[in-house]
Amino acid sequence: MTTRTGHRQLHLAAHFPGVNNTTVWAVPPAGPTTTPAGDAARRLPHFGSQIDFASFEHLARTAERGLFDFFFLAEGLRLREHKGQVHDLDVVGRPESITVLNALAAVTERLGLAATVNTTFNEPYELARRLASLDHLSGGRAAWNVVTTSDAFTGENFRRGGYLDRADCYTRAAEFVATARELWDSWAPDGTPRPFAHHGRHFDIAGQFDVARSPQGHPVVIQAGDSDEGRDFAAATADVVFTRHGTLEAGRAFYADVKRRLAAHGRRPEDLKIMPGVTFVLGDTAAEAQEKAAEIRAAQVSPQTALLALEQVWGRDLSGYDPDGPLPEIDPDPGGEVAQGRVRIADPLAVAAKWRALSRAKGLSIRQTVIETTGRQSFVGTPSEVADGLTRFVEADAADGFILVPHLTPGGLDDFVDQVVPLLQERGAFRTEYTGSTLREHLGLPLPAVKIA
Amino acid sequence: MPVPTRPLHLAVAIDRPGVFDAEPYVRAARLAERGRLDFVTLGDGFTPPRRGQGRPDALATLSRVAPATRRIGLVPTVTTTYTEPFHVSSAVATLDWVSRGRAGWSVGVSATPAEARHFGPRPALPAAELWREAEAVTDVVARLWDSWEDGAEIRDVATGRFIDRDKLHHVDFESPRFSVRGPAIVPRPPQGRPVVAVDATEPLPRAAAARHADVAFIRTRNACGLRAVRAAADDLRRRVRAEGRVPARTVILASLSVALHTSADAVALADLVGTWYADGVVDGFHFRPTDVDRDLALLVDGTVPVLQHRGLPRSFYPGATLREHLCLPRPANRYALARETA
Repeated sequence: MTTRTGHRQLHLAAHFPGVNNTTVWAVPPAGPTTTPAGDAARRLPHFGSQIDFASFEHLARTAERGLFDFFFLAEGLRLREHKGQVHDLDVVGRPESITVLNALAAVTERLGLAATVNTTFNEPYELARRLASLDHLSGGRAAWNVVTTSDAFTGENFRRGGYLDRADCYTRAAEFVATARELWDSWAPDGTPRPFAHHGRHFDIAGQFDVARSPQGHPVVIQAGDSDEGRDFAAATADVVFTRHGTLEAGRAFYADVKRRLAAHGRRPEDLKIMPGVTFVLGDTAAEAQEKAAEIRAAQVSPQTALLALEQVWGRDLSGYDPDGPLPEIDPDPGGEVAQGRVRIADPLAVAAKWRALSRAKGLSIRQTVIETTGRQSFVGTPSEVADGLTRFVEADAADGFILVPHLTPGGLDDFVDQVVPLLQERGAFRTEYTGSTLREHLGLPLPAVKIA
Repeated sequence: MPVPTRPLHLAVAIDRPGVFDAEPYVRAARLAERGRLDFVTLGDGFTPPRRGQGRPDALATLSRVAPATRRIGLVPTVTTTYTEPFHVSSAVATLDWVSRGRAGWSVGVSATPAEARHFGPRPALPAAELWREAEAVTDVVARLWDSWEDGAEIRDVATGRFIDRDKLHHVDFESPRFSVRGPAIVPRPPQGRPVVAVDATEPLPRAAAARHADVAFIRTRNACGLRAVRAAADDLRRRVRAEGRVPARTVILASLSVALHTSADAVALADLVGTWYADGVVDGFHFRPTDVDRDLALLVDGTVPVLQHRGLPRSFYPGATLREHLCLPRPANRYALARETA
């Protein structure tokens, strides 16, 4: 969509801070590379609860004050473990997504409400019902981020226990979403239920769905993941892709590739929105923003977190090493597995070689090396620079919008809404009021057609 | 030991077939809260629509109600037959968090062939099997609620630890039909364990209620059912004692279908309630209105004031949580107890 000023409109979503070390919960003792802890503490004052409803309410209200498209919750189904024990260094503990979003529907009016829910450990009738209920109870603001799980570690918490191999995960997910859509379509336009029957490889169900067609027809479907199967899945069935943020060129290539795939499914480029997850740091000057960004990275990597990151790469117990000392001489154990519930590192030997080279070249300690290799924040600068960066990605066809991942609970979005949103609005790149009441309307997505059985 | 004095407990069902908007549920819950009732219930299951009328997910609906109310307890039915025990635990714990300690869970099963067909070709299991499983689910859910000890979150900057992992526990629960490793993903809810309710009218769930329920309903179709309710309540109390539990910690409510057309009906209901309560038959009442809008207003503005005038139910909420309304203590954490006595 373009406005009179010629700028493409961007979409914004807010991710509730996660349960990994992106979320800063304390200021660790200062390391040699960081500024004094007192200084950092002054600048990072808000370490709120990760579980109290008040934190969710604050972030959601802030996102709605900023006229965001939606609020996004990730899912956790098993606490991460390290060396056989519950991982204790990061924020941990979160509510069940759909339940907390229903509560947030009571304290917001327009904001979309997106829940990440797994297809591996749910059944279509039940989940379609929960999502349609959220859509009704929020007046048409529900979204579902479809994810799959293929690890047995998570499966240990579930009746199905088992898990599926990667390929099966995707076919089950695709059939799951298709089945959910059949249920959402099952009520006649006159408001009476009709029988449904689905006979597929993963699901063989029949009967009558007991939730009337919801305000959006179908909740907005989000797909997260950049793999080839993921892209096809998104092109076939998703309304939004939650992707990784990278360089402008990588973003353009991804954007072009996914949009190109839509035609094969009879869809238009504007029917699927591409929204990378991004982090940001704001400062009064560019230098201050850079300094704050470095402080945040240092806060994200405590001495203990540095050792743990090292153990993940090395696949060994390295608890005897000094985080302020040099990297270990001993080589990684490529077969070693110390972390569970995390993404596996594909080639630990290569990562270790890279870290050693970096450490040697710059004379860095273990902790300094980990901080140095921790992902840089996506957009760092003055509010004006950040607004420029965001619009540049959208103008260049590298994104349709962004899912912002704050690093503080619950105040991590305040400055963005107060300082960046007005600039985006001035430039004609972002809405100045909600023009619709449903999430589909915010995203400019059509209502799904009612299929006549 | 003398039975501790309890106020008369009152609760009301706010089921509204065919209503999917939040507002009518919020209105009913607020009205019940104005009457200082202990809690509202909302039924659920996976049955097909009746007479063309469906219903939204009950726990979702009461989560939507939670921020719009302040004191009233919120007790949805959640069935255990097709829902993962881990999800049941997380969802009810989350309702407790968003309501700041007002959540309950009415345990149900899905026994009909129609419900089974919504999940696959396998026929429904016999009711006895479903209730055995429901009890196992209730057991593991309570363990998951305990799997984070209070005070597990330490945020200790010196050691970099957010939690004290010695206070988080694998539950390692095994039953014939499922197993769960744990710990929960949701920290221990404000009430420690949300209130567990069971409809104990039928023998199978009554056995489950004797072992697990904080609140038990005994349904009766009409006001003439006193004798049957008394027999069921006495039987339940006997079973609770036989399980080694304290009878005073299971609140028994007569669940009464009501249709109030005039204020005279409301006063007559107050008389009936007063008589049954004075007889010691039950600890209170769960009203099931035929028409929520009509009946609930007369209950709150007619029946409740008459009873309050007689000093039977509370006229204010002295506590903040549903357990406090029901005079039930916050349960000790089994893992903390095990650690302390080790």
